Amino acid sequence: MAVQSSFKNMTICLLAICLVCSGLLAGVYALTKEPIDAASKAKNEAAIKEVLPEEVAKIEEERSIEVDGVTYTYNLAYDESGNTVGCAVNVAPVGFGGPIVIKVGFKVDAQTGKNLVWNTKVLSHAETPGLGAKCSEPAFADQFKGLDPVAKKLSVTKDGGDIDAITASTITSRAFTNGVATAVNVLSAIAGTPMLIDNATGASSTEWNAPADSTVTK
Amino acid sequence: MEYILIIISAIFVNNILLSQFLGICPFLGVSNKLSTAAGMSMAVCFVITLATVVTYLLNSLLASFGLEFLQTISFILVIAALVQMVEIVLKKISPSLYSALGIFLPLITTNCAVLGVALTVVQKSSPFAAAESGMFNLGEATVYAFATSLGFGLAMVLFAGLREQLALNNVPKAFKGIPIALVTAGILAMAFMGFSGLV
Amino acid sequence: MGKFQLITKGLIKENPTFVLLLGMCPTLATTTSAINGMSMGLATTFVLILSNIVISAIAAYIPDKVRIPSYIVVIATFVTLLQFVMQAYVPDIYETLGLFIPLIVVNCIVLGRAEAFANKNSVVDSALDGIGIGLGFTVSLTLLGVVREILGSGSAFGFKFIEGDGILAFVLAPGAFIALGYLIVLFKKLTSKKAE
Repeated sequence: MAVQSSFKNMTICLLAICLVCSGLLAGVYALTKEPIDAASKAKNEAAIKEVLPEEVAKIEEERSIEVDGVTYTYNLAYDESGNTVGCAVNVAPVGFGGPIVIKVGFKVDAQTGKNLVWNTKVLSHAETPGLGAKCSEPAFADQFKGLDPVAKKLSVTKDGGDIDAITASTITSRAFTNGVATAVNVLSAIAGTPMLIDNATGASSTEWNAPADSTVTK
Repeated sequence: MEYILIIISAIFVNNILLSQFLGICPFLGVSNKLSTAAGMSMAVCFVITLATVVTYLLNSLLASFGLEFLQTISFILVIAALVQMVEIVLKKISPSLYSALGIFLPLITTNCAVLGVALTVVQKSSPFAAAESGMFNLGEATVYAFATSLGFGLAMVLFAGLREQLALNNVPKAFKGIPIALVTAGILAMAFMGFSGLV
Repeated sequence: MGKFQLITKGLIKENPTFVLLLGMCPTLATTTSAINGMSMGLATTFVLILSNIVISAIAAYIPDKVRIPSYIVVIATFVTLLQFVMQAYVPDIYETLGLFIPLIVVNCIVLGRAEAFANKNSVVDSALDGIGIGLGFTVSLTLLGVVREILGSGSAFGFKFIEGDGILAFVLAPGAFIALGYLIVLFKKLTSKKAE
């Protein structure tokens, strides 16, 4: 080696490398910050569109609401004449490998007060591939499409609910289902009316027009 | 999150070696003898816990300046420096422990388990996680790191014991060495999958 | 050694996965499917080539005693660069590979090549070496990914050709170890036949 390992040389060398590297990184960080933000924003917007019904014309900026001490974010959506027709709520229940970030879309009908879970979209998760990771696949996720939270019980069949769990992934299924139930609660808070069957007792906590003992076949 | 849940999940359910695949190099490299495996596990345990505490604090420092993008680079430097320091300090204050752990310490810098745990901890505690729970405070981070390294030690010692037995057996020529070790590790991983319902 | 051999040696003679057994963590963790394995291989190759080039260029100016820390800083820089770029342009792959992108820093292959090859050879040779070893790593990871995906989910590169679930264990941790073990055996058999 041409350069001696003297204390001065070592210090200068390491210092120089660190300076150059962090300078370079700061530069690239500034350059890529915009595309990174744009990419995550585009992803979020695409997800919102995906979980909301087609008649949505305008999606509002993200708002937040506090329910039971936890802050949730959501987007309201309107049709062309300005009526609220949809709402996309972000929830992050903890699954087997960590939080499962889910966007739950609702079809909202202000006139009848009948709100349906329209679609769900998993934004990120850390579930086991081949097991819990199947929660984003149609076989499981489609159970929530068009689901009426007043008519069906949002828990897995093992716990006496109406959702068929993914084979060998009860923890993930439970977390996902709870996430949707949470989203329903959040929507209730947004709309100011409760709209979910009480999971523990099976009795309806609905106090407004929809009958609690409505007999709905699966 | 409760401490006991963290501990059980880190040791058995999400075992760092057998289900997260971090630190496989020493797992395959120094698991020929039970005694070396135990020594390595102790050294790793020590370094992971210490490194996690230090990098956790460092991360809050970085975050306060908005410099999270320097995470990887600063963590690895801190870990490398820490390992050197531990080596020097141990040599001075506890020569007996040094002679037991000494040869393993330099190897640990490039053990991805250390950086892996340090990064997992700050990611779980990062405000971006957006989870109701899943945020680690310093105490939980320390417990998690320690439990994870215990899991490392457990898998390591079990595996070394199995490999000592394997060495006495007659395995097909093509399977000698690493391949049969990998297959064994696979079966061990299957056994650990049985814990998955625990938490 | 000819320039061409620099590139091809990584495939068989010095295959980082099946012969040198380096970089086992990402090998086992990210090969749940062929695409994931390939992405991880390519990401590592990117870091490997760039760090090899830079390290071979600056090696002469670095005092011997601080050589390893300097290399680590250089490698970590490129890994972070890669993180930014992937986050910006391929966010989905970035999320799938997750923790294992920053962990390229401690991949023994990268530091190993810097120490064993790049600091003694010219920039061009080091770049070729990076390409060669990176290629070998990518091919091995893709191969392991294909095997695990076919056995585990009955598909390859996302194309499903067997109905049903497949042998789930191969997507999970145990299958990773077992599939890799058998692939190494196969590799040993094939290469030893060639040598005879």
